[in-house]
Amino acid sequence: MKRRAKFLVGGAVILAALVYLVYAGVSQSVVYFVTPAELLAAPAPGKTYRLGGMVQPGSLVWEPRTLDLRFTLSDGKATVPVRHKGTPPDLFAEGRGAVVEGGWSGDGYFKATTILAKHSEEYKAPHDPSQAGYKELLKTLRAPQEPR
Amino acid sequence: MTLLIGAPEIGYALTVVALALALWGGAAAVTAARAGRPALLASAERAAVGVWALITGCMLVLVHAFLTFDFSIRYVAANTNRGTPFYYRITALWGALEGSIILWAWLLGLYTLIVVIRYRRRQPELYPWVLTVLLAILAFFLLVMTVPAPPFERLSPVPPDGRGLNPLLEDSGMITHPVALYLGFTGFTVPFAFAMAALALGRTGEEWITITRRWTIIAWYFLSLGLLIGGWWSYHVLGWGGYWAWDPVENAAFMPWLTGTAFLHSVMIQERRRMLKLWNLTLIILTFGLTLFGTFLTRSGIIGSVHAFTQGSIGVFFLTFLALVLLTAFSLLAWRLDRLKGQGELDSIVSRESVFLLNNVFLVAASFAVFFGTIFPLLYEAVWQEKVSVGGPYFNAINIPLFLGLLFLMGVGPLIAWRRASIESLRRNFLKPVLAGVVAAALLRMIGVGNALVLLAAGLVVFVAGTMVLDFWRAARARRRTGDGWRAATIGLLLRQNRRYGGFVVHLGILVVALGVAGSQAWSLQTEATLAKGEAIELGGYRVRFDGLDASEESNHAKVTGTFSVTHGARPVDVLQPAKKFYPQEQTPIAYVDYRLGFLEDVYLVLGDFARDGSHATIKVQVNRMVSWLWLGGLVLTLGTVLAVLPDRRRPA
Repeated sequence: MKRRAKFLVGGAVILAALVYLVYAGVSQSVVYFVTPAELLAAPAPGKTYRLGGMVQPGSLVWEPRTLDLRFTLSDGKATVPVRHKGTPPDLFAEGRGAVVEGGWSGDGYFKATTILAKHSEEYKAPHDPSQAGYKELLKTLRAPQEPR
Repeated sequence: MTLLIGAPEIGYALTVVALALALWGGAAAVTAARAGRPALLASAERAAVGVWALITGCMLVLVHAFLTFDFSIRYVAANTNRGTPFYYRITALWGALEGSIILWAWLLGLYTLIVVIRYRRRQPELYPWVLTVLLAILAFFLLVMTVPAPPFERLSPVPPDGRGLNPLLEDSGMITHPVALYLGFTGFTVPFAFAMAALALGRTGEEWITITRRWTIIAWYFLSLGLLIGGWWSYHVLGWGGYWAWDPVENAAFMPWLTGTAFLHSVMIQERRRMLKLWNLTLIILTFGLTLFGTFLTRSGIIGSVHAFTQGSIGVFFLTFLALVLLTAFSLLAWRLDRLKGQGELDSIVSRESVFLLNNVFLVAASFAVFFGTIFPLLYEAVWQEKVSVGGPYFNAINIPLFLGLLFLMGVGPLIAWRRASIESLRRNFLKPVLAGVVAAALLRMIGVGNALVLLAAGLVVFVAGTMVLDFWRAARARRRTGDGWRAATIGLLLRQNRRYGGFVVHLGILVVALGVAGSQAWSLQTEATLAKGEAIELGGYRVRFDGLDASEESNHAKVTGTFSVTHGARPVDVLQPAKKFYPQEQTPIAYVDYRLGFLEDVYLVLGDFARDGSHATIKVQVNRMVSWLWLGGLVLTLGTVLAVLPDRRRPA
């Protein structure tokens, strides 16, 4: 009986440790999913958000030299200016959905640490304006083809 | 409208007949199991063979359709086009949901066939029940192929060309990753079926565990391999320089791996000490359930994943089946509860039993934590109507301590005595390895390693390796006393006690992977810059110079390639050519990573944006340290598994 009690105590300690780890882990790394309208309704600097919306056509500014990326995310009701340091990911483009992770800067823009562009197995419309020019791109680059 | 009989109809017909056959076979097998009618059992066997042949037929029809560009099948048109290279037209078979279900069903059919061949005479009592369970599960997958995810759906009108394979799947990793993963998933079905058979018959002893030992090891190995190849694919295709992101899709495969690993260890206690009967059955039920849950999670669209798949009614099918499986399995368990009391007892906390038990607790805790983190957003939204997610930090915070604990137990478990370990034996077995671990950590600290986690991980790895070396050396020395030379002693030991030392080698593989994870997390570097032609950037001692852009046209896409020469000091290292690929069916370009693989560090380049005149390009440079150890660990794991499943030399089977 004494041994049984020992094991029960041991089990309880392990369980408590696990519950604590889960609780601490969740409370430290929970990220709130918001739309631009929800963010602007109550922006809290210091909190980590995932902000999802559409990249507004015409809002994308990319400075290769300084790696500054600026664009506006919209949900139809509100728009949030976003700033990011680094190349936009492949699946990122104007007029497409994007999710950015980061925080509200307090100076009127959202500072993104990560851009998560969504992709799927599903196929979209074949000709997008951003792609239409790739044949012409081949011509302008027209460098000799080097076998790898 | 004319009546069309083409590949779609043939494929669909094969599926429906296979479903009918699986249902008949399952019914016949269960009747034979209950009433012992040999004629019915023979019929069920023939049905099992037929089901496998029919699924093979389905695969052949689909492969033929892919090879001949038969776009009258929607799945073919969706996953290939006339430019898709030959071998990717074959692997496109499992490039999306419908085809991967066929692959799953086919592998399960194959395993069922092996069970029929292997156990029909050897296990006359268990076998009919095993066949019942396997055929019932096969029937479910065939039902999925018939109703919610039919791979042979006709596309009308037939398009002149298909959409093409998802470019990210045009990679060698995609040839092997799904096959390995599904071999693992389906592999756990066999021990599960034997467990259910044992419960149905009330034969809850060690029998079902002994029979399925090799099955479990092989399933576990392929699941491990599938996870590693998945990491490899992520590393060299997705272009973010990592191999694991705690994405729901990854977690879905990781959870059954965790419970499967727990099962692999806890069955040893039952074999040896006749304890934990109930626990082992629970673990195999959970493991099998988690393989289904993973598919439900990733395919139902209930969880937003960065690489979310197609959605559809398939989630409902999987959830219903999962509920049925769990309900049936746990009801059987409850019904046989009186026969599941262990005969052995835990004698002491300082014993191998208790170390294995702790290993199980840690693994199941990790599995639960991953499960909780994965479904947390769902729970939170249901309760607070707010969308949240928990990412890498949560999973790391909880898994790192658990895995460090597991490493420690990995060192203790194989050497500590059963029942009760004496202080003297503890000192004899562990003093030197502990010292070796401490010294190793201290040495690393002296050469400037500051990261506490790396020091702890490295110290533990040296400790575990030390226990294995010590044990092996002692055994080899003992053999040498009987007159063998060192080489003969070593080889003789490996082959004679292949089960034990196969396990050691697998552990060694895990250690190598663990070092790779710790090192890559702690020491990898990255930077990003826009370079003009001739300009260079430095990182971690490397100098990466931009030499220009090239454009080319491939069979199914156009490609813009950057050329970068990499030097280390005065020594030229390599010329790397990361690229951007433009697929006509994709809206945005796809990065093509180029890297130089190294034993200690990889140089890894991702081409970002570029100027159309080729004058400058944005490049992301990473120096990823010790990532190769993950792949090396996979090789060691393979060796260990081969050794562990070799026939046991000590008692001829």
